[in-house]
Amino acid sequence: MMHWIIAPIVLPALLAPFIVLAARYHNGIQRSLSVAGVLALIVIAAGLAWQASDGTITLYQLSDWAAPFGIVLVGDRLSTMMVLLTAVLGFCVLLYAIGSGWDKRGWHFHALFQFQLMGIMGAFLTGDLFNLFVFFEVLLIASYGLMIHAGGNARLRAGVQYVLFNLIGSTLFLFALGSIYAETGTLNMADLAIRVTAISPDETVGIRVAAVLLLLVFAIKAALVPLHFWLPSSYAEAPAPVAALFAIMTKVGAYAIIRVYTMIFPPDLEATSGLFDLWLLPAALLSLAIGMVGVLAAKRLDRLVAFSVIGSMGMVMISISLFTPEGIAASLYYIVHSTFAGATLFLISDLVRTGRSDLQLSPQPPVAGAALTAALFFVGAIAMAGLPPLSGFIGKLLVLNASYETDLVVWIWAVVLCSSLISILGFARAGSILFWKSQSVAPNEDAPEVSRPAALSYLAVGVLIALLGAHTIFAGQVHGYTTTMAAQLFSPEPYVSTVLDTPGKLSTPKEHN
Amino acid sequence: MELLVASAIGVLTSAGLYLVLRLRTFPVILGMSLLTYAVNVFLFASGRLTVGAPPILSDGVAVYTDPLPQALVLTAIVISFGMTAVVVMIALGAYLGSNDDHVDDQPEGLQGPEGDLS
Amino acid sequence: MSLFIIVALPFFGALLPGLMNASGRAACSGVTFTVSLAAFIGLLTNLPSVLAGEVLTARVDWMPLLGLNFTLMLDGLGFFFALLILGIGLLIIAYARHYLSRDDNMGEFFTYLLLFQGAMVGIVLSDNILLLLVFWELTSLSSFLLIGYWKHLPEGRQGARMALTVTGMGGLAMIAGMLMLGQIVGSYDLSVILQNRDLIQADPLYVPALILILLGCFTKSAQFPFHFWLPHAMAAPTPVSAYLHSATMVKAGIFLMARMWPVLSGTPEWFVIVTTAGLVTMVLGAVIALFKHDLKALLAFSTVSHLGLITMLLGTGTAFGAMAAVFHILNHATFKAALFMSAGIIDHEAHTRDIRRLGGLRKLMPVTFAIATLAALSMAGIPFLNGFLSKEMMLEEAFHTELFGSHWFVPALATLGSLFSAAYCFRLIGHVFLGPVRDDYPAKPHDPGAGLWMPPAVLVVLVVAIGVAPFLAEPFVKLVTASVLGEAAEVPKAYFKIWHGLVPALYLSIIAVVGGLVMMAIYTPALRLWDATPRPEAKVIFEAIVEAAARLAQRLILPLHNGAFSRYAAVGSIAIVAAGFHAWSTGTVGAPTRVVQTAGPVVIAGWAMLVAATAGLVLMHRNRFLSLILIGIVGLMVSVGFVFFSAPDLAMTQFTVEVVTIILLLLALNFLPNQTPVESTVLLRVRDAGVAVVGGLATFGLAYHYLLRDAVSTPISEFHLANSYKGGGGTNVVNVILVDFRGFDTYGEIIVLGIAALLIYALTESLLRGPVRARLLNRKPDQPRAGDMHPMMMVVLTRVIMPVVLMVGFYIFLRGHNEPGGGFIAGLIVSIAVVMQYMASGFAWASARLRYPYHGVIGAGVLIAGLTGIGSWFVGKPFLTSDFTYVRIPPFDKFELATAALFDLGVFLSVVGAVMLSLESFSRLARRAHVPESEFPMDIDPSRDDPDDNNPKSPKAAV
Repeated sequence: MMHWIIAPIVLPALLAPFIVLAARYHNGIQRSLSVAGVLALIVIAAGLAWQASDGTITLYQLSDWAAPFGIVLVGDRLSTMMVLLTAVLGFCVLLYAIGSGWDKRGWHFHALFQFQLMGIMGAFLTGDLFNLFVFFEVLLIASYGLMIHAGGNARLRAGVQYVLFNLIGSTLFLFALGSIYAETGTLNMADLAIRVTAISPDETVGIRVAAVLLLLVFAIKAALVPLHFWLPSSYAEAPAPVAALFAIMTKVGAYAIIRVYTMIFPPDLEATSGLFDLWLLPAALLSLAIGMVGVLAAKRLDRLVAFSVIGSMGMVMISISLFTPEGIAASLYYIVHSTFAGATLFLISDLVRTGRSDLQLSPQPPVAGAALTAALFFVGAIAMAGLPPLSGFIGKLLVLNASYETDLVVWIWAVVLCSSLISILGFARAGSILFWKSQSVAPNEDAPEVSRPAALSYLAVGVLIALLGAHTIFAGQVHGYTTTMAAQLFSPEPYVSTVLDTPGKLSTPKEHN
Repeated sequence: MELLVASAIGVLTSAGLYLVLRLRTFPVILGMSLLTYAVNVFLFASGRLTVGAPPILSDGVAVYTDPLPQALVLTAIVISFGMTAVVVMIALGAYLGSNDDHVDDQPEGLQGPEGDLS
Repeated sequence: MSLFIIVALPFFGALLPGLMNASGRAACSGVTFTVSLAAFIGLLTNLPSVLAGEVLTARVDWMPLLGLNFTLMLDGLGFFFALLILGIGLLIIAYARHYLSRDDNMGEFFTYLLLFQGAMVGIVLSDNILLLLVFWELTSLSSFLLIGYWKHLPEGRQGARMALTVTGMGGLAMIAGMLMLGQIVGSYDLSVILQNRDLIQADPLYVPALILILLGCFTKSAQFPFHFWLPHAMAAPTPVSAYLHSATMVKAGIFLMARMWPVLSGTPEWFVIVTTAGLVTMVLGAVIALFKHDLKALLAFSTVSHLGLITMLLGTGTAFGAMAAVFHILNHATFKAALFMSAGIIDHEAHTRDIRRLGGLRKLMPVTFAIATLAALSMAGIPFLNGFLSKEMMLEEAFHTELFGSHWFVPALATLGSLFSAAYCFRLIGHVFLGPVRDDYPAKPHDPGAGLWMPPAVLVVLVVAIGVAPFLAEPFVKLVTASVLGEAAEVPKAYFKIWHGLVPALYLSIIAVVGGLVMMAIYTPALRLWDATPRPEAKVIFEAIVEAAARLAQRLILPLHNGAFSRYAAVGSIAIVAAGFHAWSTGTVGAPTRVVQTAGPVVIAGWAMLVAATAGLVLMHRNRFLSLILIGIVGLMVSVGFVFFSAPDLAMTQFTVEVVTIILLLLALNFLPNQTPVESTVLLRVRDAGVAVVGGLATFGLAYHYLLRDAVSTPISEFHLANSYKGGGGTNVVNVILVDFRGFDTYGEIIVLGIAALLIYALTESLLRGPVRARLLNRKPDQPRAGDMHPMMMVVLTRVIMPVVLMVGFYIFLRGHNEPGGGFIAGLIVSIAVVMQYMASGFAWASARLRYPYHGVIGAGVLIAGLTGIGSWFVGKPFLTSDFTYVRIPPFDKFELATAALFDLGVFLSVVGAVMLSLESFSRLARRAHVPESEFPMDIDPSRDDPDDNNPKSPKAAV
């Protein structure tokens, strides 16, 4: 019985309380424990991804009960890739949090951080819908804690909205789960995939409503317009490293949509046919448009970045909503890109903050290290605006290419291209105000001497940018892998059979493993 | 019976929604807990309704209430308790900080000058 | 040398000057020069095979699935442009080293320059149109950086943004066009695409693709109506203007048109669009140039005009036109770059570029004068200079071109264009160099060092050489032309010579030159006329558009995201209900399969009570205290309902949670205002009521639908019922599910509780350290406090029942597995017991007696639960696998002790810890606030006559 697959959940879940108990008052110990934990996570996650890369599906029956009666964790190509992505992102963010000293500005940062990772990992790995709900709650409540880390009025007020909106989301999630259980009598994803096929064509409203409610739950997480309103102020007000970590949280929604709507409610399932063709793609296009227009409209750098995150989620959702293997492959490539790009920009916006009174887009006297920050911002902006040579451009090409066959191709291409023009305008404007125009502002002598950000902070950003670069250079391999991933998603039989046919406690006493 | 339960869910939901749409944190939080009741009952009802069945396994009894939704609701109740505690605390913190318990917050930058475009 | 190295060299070399910035200007420019020289030589090594007519290719797969691969190709055309880019690049680098002043950051400059060079070489060598796109956008980005190089200049910033926006837009359009092209042909490789002329031109997508690609070319090459960005790009340092904005980057569009010539040209669409745009640009640019007073502006518009000329030649779609275009590209590159550098010299020496302030420089700067004059005369089309030859060919071609059904339209415009172009060349010579020496130059001009005049001199030598001996250039031009034409057409036989006899072209160019001289004669009145005529200022318009766009965006986005939560929630709810309704209305509804159970009067009464309490809550929610009581009633009714529907565990949990929640809210209300003011307008309330009713109806309908129907197949809970005792060792199936079947959920859930507690603690800490603390201290309680806050009766009562409650909690905990109960409920009950102590004797008193910090309790709980789970690893079982046995502890009846019970203990501890920690946090806030707190168990204590000998000890008050 190999237990590696549960390690990404259990390790942080044990590390966090340990940090609380043993190292509550020793920042150094907290930091080293936290970093060690995340490094271990990266190693484990890499191992899991390697294991899954050949198409192996790893099953883990919690409490030894067979699915669908107990809860199972399932590791396939997609989930292990997301786990790895989370671990790597977590590492960079942690480096920055330590380098910038954000973790010392409040209590229990590292414990909450570990719990946050645990929640995200669980959400990616679980094969049970209600368990997915539980892990959503774990990652959400941890995110509340991280979001209001270090307090402050604006942050708390934004936090209230963030929590309340997500509470509505959780309520909706429970309604969806209730509907699903009432309709099918099960909660296990693989089992659902079987049972929904048994639904009679003249009694479909139940499952249709259930399916669409579930989609909306995930759409809230993915910040799909018009369910995106929680994002701008909460991401803008959150501490920069936290906002950077949140770059993966919107992806949890995208992941869940990909998982559920390729396996349980695949496009070719009659009972749920035509469920969201009508509005999902338009909503995604709208998200992209609103996000990038927001980039042009924003008056503060942090809100600008928040809007760009909405925009890039729009790109992700566009290619998901095609529900073709090409579309899913493109979206998976773009998910990785948008995670790193969003995180990079949030960290850079914090670098910009050093020596400035605020992040208003107004010229302020240049400070030490401004040139390096400017260069980093230029790179980050290129990545996010989808300009060559970084992965954003390749992702854009993939999405455009994948959408070529669809009826709405003209709309998709028009929106994608125009919105990237708008975002170029927005980023160019912000950059030239923040970094160029500032050169013409006379430095005021009475201003206190600000020390340039710590080397560790720059290192964290550098690592992220290097990852973006690698994502570009090895685009061929990555895209090849996401394509096989999409193929695995569109033929879920191995997944389903692995989950349902593996015996557990009491199910078949003979082969009791 | 079913009608009663369903209508109760409906009533709780709409009351909750109405309060959630208020402008101050306190009624909004009350609205959230009403919504929580509603969804808990809904989730419970997803196991259909059984009256007078024994709560625990006992010999010679064939019909039980569906235990799974109960377990789910139990989990949901406890989680929502944690959430309520958190939101109450954050709302309280926001109020103590700004002496204002509106849910709406006006992000800076709106009051800020029209951003310059040169 | 391999094509990869040629392209890669500038990119990798770009790192060096940036890094070597510290080691001096000479080093910086030296390394830059070396890098380009290496690339240049590398290119020349391929000359023989190119001359032999071979096409060199190099290929590395990048994204085979997409068709974006790193494939390079070197043919005549590519070689020609690469030669221009690297050759002129070398001269520019040499020139810039002397041009840049000491306080300019040279490393930064040369880094950008090399980046640009690499991107440019990439464009002309790529054999894959997607790869070409990558390099294409890179040139836009690097030119953005170079134009904005002098960051303090607003013109620089605006010019840079304008260039990036316009060329970026073109680039995006081109992405679409290229993708279409690739989809038509089925490959993104140029070598393949160029073979499929008929396939492409027959495809319905030909016209859109053509237009989109031309959009890219026109924006890049500053063709009308996108010409306006180029003059503003002149805010860049002169070397940049000379390099990017006359010799290379602006030729990228031309290059692409030449590249695509075999497959795109020859159709009426191509002919009309390209020729017209070229003609208009040519004339417009020449006219504007004549009346510009800034030397660089004049040269910029003349560049625009000449680019128009080349575009027009490509547009005609004839082989001869293509050849003329190629020839003129070569010639223009030589004389225009020379002119720009001369302008830079003048600016550098005389500290002004304003023609009106110059004049008579002939005597002061003879060398510069010679260079500039030769180049200018060549541009004017004077014989024995290379400009003359290509202009002759252009006029020849124009003479045979029929546009819009008229024979004279094109020749007339072409002649007009060359007339004005001759005019501004003469003006340049006359007003800058000729005339009397002035005494009011900003600085005393004199010829610069060789470092500055040598590079343009080299170019002028070429100008003259080609001009005198055109046959030198002929084979090369024809070679390039051949690779432009591809299979599409034969290279024309025409020979390059100065004297073609009395051909129409000759007359036309005589007209042009004479006209130019005349125009110079009447310049002053013409200028007056020009200044009098109103013209749209492109820059103003563009800035206005951008401004408007940004303002519009702000009007659009900011009010929408102004933090109005109630609107967010309303929009969200409506969207959700709408989507749900859509799903419902497109589905099918069958007949109910379950019989409706009848409800007795008691049930109806309970229902009525629930509804009444809810309605009351909505109506009276402004009175916060009252609304707390009402919500308590609601919760109570819900738990009663659970009892009725035979779910005792739920009922107990719901009830206990209810109690704790109410206490929490009460404590919060202690700080919050206890009234909710009326704020929302009637309209708003109607909206909310509408949303609420719709939402309620939706859930009602959904619930009712499911309640009347069975699941598609037996729920999985059948298995739980069947195996709860056998496999889980418990008869209380709910509890067995919680701690065994779905123990992992429970694990996650206690972690949620733990996080909640941590969060609350952290928040309290930061609040108490922040400004809030002061506010709390000054805070006046808004209602009078009872004198006897901790009444003796309650104190005594709670003390007495404390042990009892603890016993009950323990009992409930133990029996949980087989009877209703379990870790949660036990935890909550115990917490309530402790809370009672708090309420009775106050926070300070009780927490003073608390032995264990709640942090510890929670941490321990979560750890115990987790370790219990891991424990099963050691018996080779998965996480949380439970095992059990039966034991009997008097006085309790026999109960079953499962590892699950240990897990349940973890649950118990975290519940207690979480609840207590949150309560304690409130208490700590309260103690800061003016809530009187006494160290004594009760305020009025008969046993306490003199307070000092009294230190109360109560052993029971600890968990």
